[in-house]
Amino acid sequence: MSSPLSSLYTELVIEHDKRPLHAGLREPFTSEVHHVNPTCGDEITLRLQLTDGRTRIEDVSYDAVGCAMSRASASIMADLLIGRTTAEVEPVQEHFEAAMRSRGRLAGDEELIGDGIALLGAAKFPARVKCVLMSWKAYQAALVEAQTLGA
Amino acid sequence: MSAPSREFDVEAIRADFPILTRMLDPDTPMIYLDGGATSQRPRQVIDAEVSYLYSDNAAVKRGAHRMAGLATDAYEGARERIAEFIGAPSPDEVVFTKNATEALNLVAHSLGSGDASTPPRLRVREGDEILVTEMEHHANLVPWQELARRTGATLRWIPVADDFTLDLTDLDSLVTERTKVIAFTHQSNVLGTLNPVGRLVEAARGVGALTVLDAAQSAPHMPFDVAELGVDLVALSGHKMLGPTGIGVLWGRYELLEQMPPFLTGGSMIELVDMERSTFAEPPARFEAGTPPISQAVGLAAACDYLDALGMEQIAAHEKALTQQALAGLAGIDGVRIIGPALSAERSGAVSFDVAGRHPHDVGQVLDSLGIEVRVGHHCAWPLHRRFGVHGTTRASFSVHTTAAEVDAFVDGVAHTIDFFGSLS
Repeated sequence: MSSPLSSLYTELVIEHDKRPLHAGLREPFTSEVHHVNPTCGDEITLRLQLTDGRTRIEDVSYDAVGCAMSRASASIMADLLIGRTTAEVEPVQEHFEAAMRSRGRLAGDEELIGDGIALLGAAKFPARVKCVLMSWKAYQAALVEAQTLGA
Repeated sequence: MSAPSREFDVEAIRADFPILTRMLDPDTPMIYLDGGATSQRPRQVIDAEVSYLYSDNAAVKRGAHRMAGLATDAYEGARERIAEFIGAPSPDEVVFTKNATEALNLVAHSLGSGDASTPPRLRVREGDEILVTEMEHHANLVPWQELARRTGATLRWIPVADDFTLDLTDLDSLVTERTKVIAFTHQSNVLGTLNPVGRLVEAARGVGALTVLDAAQSAPHMPFDVAELGVDLVALSGHKMLGPTGIGVLWGRYELLEQMPPFLTGGSMIELVDMERSTFAEPPARFEAGTPPISQAVGLAAACDYLDALGMEQIAAHEKALTQQALAGLAGIDGVRIIGPALSAERSGAVSFDVAGRHPHDVGQVLDSLGIEVRVGHHCAWPLHRRFGVHGTTRASFSVHTTAAEVDAFVDGVAHTIDFFGSLS
């Protein structure tokens, strides 16, 4: 096994892929989005439940079909988001996305992105960046939808 | 391991493909098993294109200078060569397009032009039916969906049976007096299945429907003759037959092309132009608006020379032996399910498979770490994957330069992939 491959399929990624956290679609939810990666056909349906005047993420539930990277990413992301405010999450999401798009130049701040650090191996595989970011894009879209609902 | 035929010298062929010496890591040679997506090009094809650009390049069919004449000769010479390669009775039946997708769109748009002066046989209208198959590449599905949407025609399809061949049980009720077009692939880019062209042509002729054949996957891999096939229109891809990207071919019977309205319009395709209206040139010029892919046509003609020199029968036999080897090898690996027919006369060298519990991206990633380049995903045939309950597949496709040792490495690689993920759980 060559080392780049083990930097991609880290123990944490495999663990999240096999036993994803917060998986499954739950109610109630403020918004729901469905995202597809048309090149590989991967899909995610993501529900976001906001409280406290739509500032606190009470729940993120999802149904994801995809590769190990995309499934692990959804699991890690949901775990990072739930229980925090959307404002707290914003720098997490920005830092994670920047690191993912850095082709490995940005090491990533574990304080900020927690288990998300385990996904950064994919940053060196340009074809896999989209796999990892699909759930994060879904969250962003769900957030926009939730915050503009009836606004 | 089955040896290729004596006269088919794979090592000599490999020496013609400069890219095959490339290393992916210092100790990882590149094993290219993705000719189904795009083929690698032999030096002869690259050189032909470069040589044209070095010595004869100019705009074709305009200008009176000598260079324009040289360029036009090269371009029209390429048309003649391709006509010969596919058994077309006349080079005027060969239309150059951007790719096979554009060739299919050309037909779909022309048939839906709404031009009242077009004979009814070449007009798709409300109430008409367009018949495709469930195994089509999106390129031979979406243009027909769109034609149906624009015209009010109905899209119907021949289902795929559990044995990965077309289910022709209900063909008699699927082909009706309303059927205007039957569009189908010659060889599935996913399954490798070769379709019964004669049977579908016969059904189409019975009701006066046109047949449109997507030959992007077949023509590079077996003897291919449009006259023998009996279809009306054929789409080909340059870059899947050892040729350049940016060029495809539409072949059509001249008596049909002659009556078909243009798709793209503009320069080079006109007869007379005034400020209010224009009349159009005869085929093939009518369907070649704008400056065409000239050096690409020259490269494609060189690809035809290259393929013919190897012999299409020999290429087919070589790839069949590799396919047999791959299918036998994969059959011995627990958890691998081939999405395609067992080896028979009706199959060729695209081998797609599912690895239980593993997403094809993950499978492809591990194979890539071994230098083995395969295609993963739905291969632009999403409905077909749904039909077989898989989200995507991993596909190896074999070419003239593929060796038995590479197929062994691929089969070992799939086994290694399963072990790799097994060791992580």
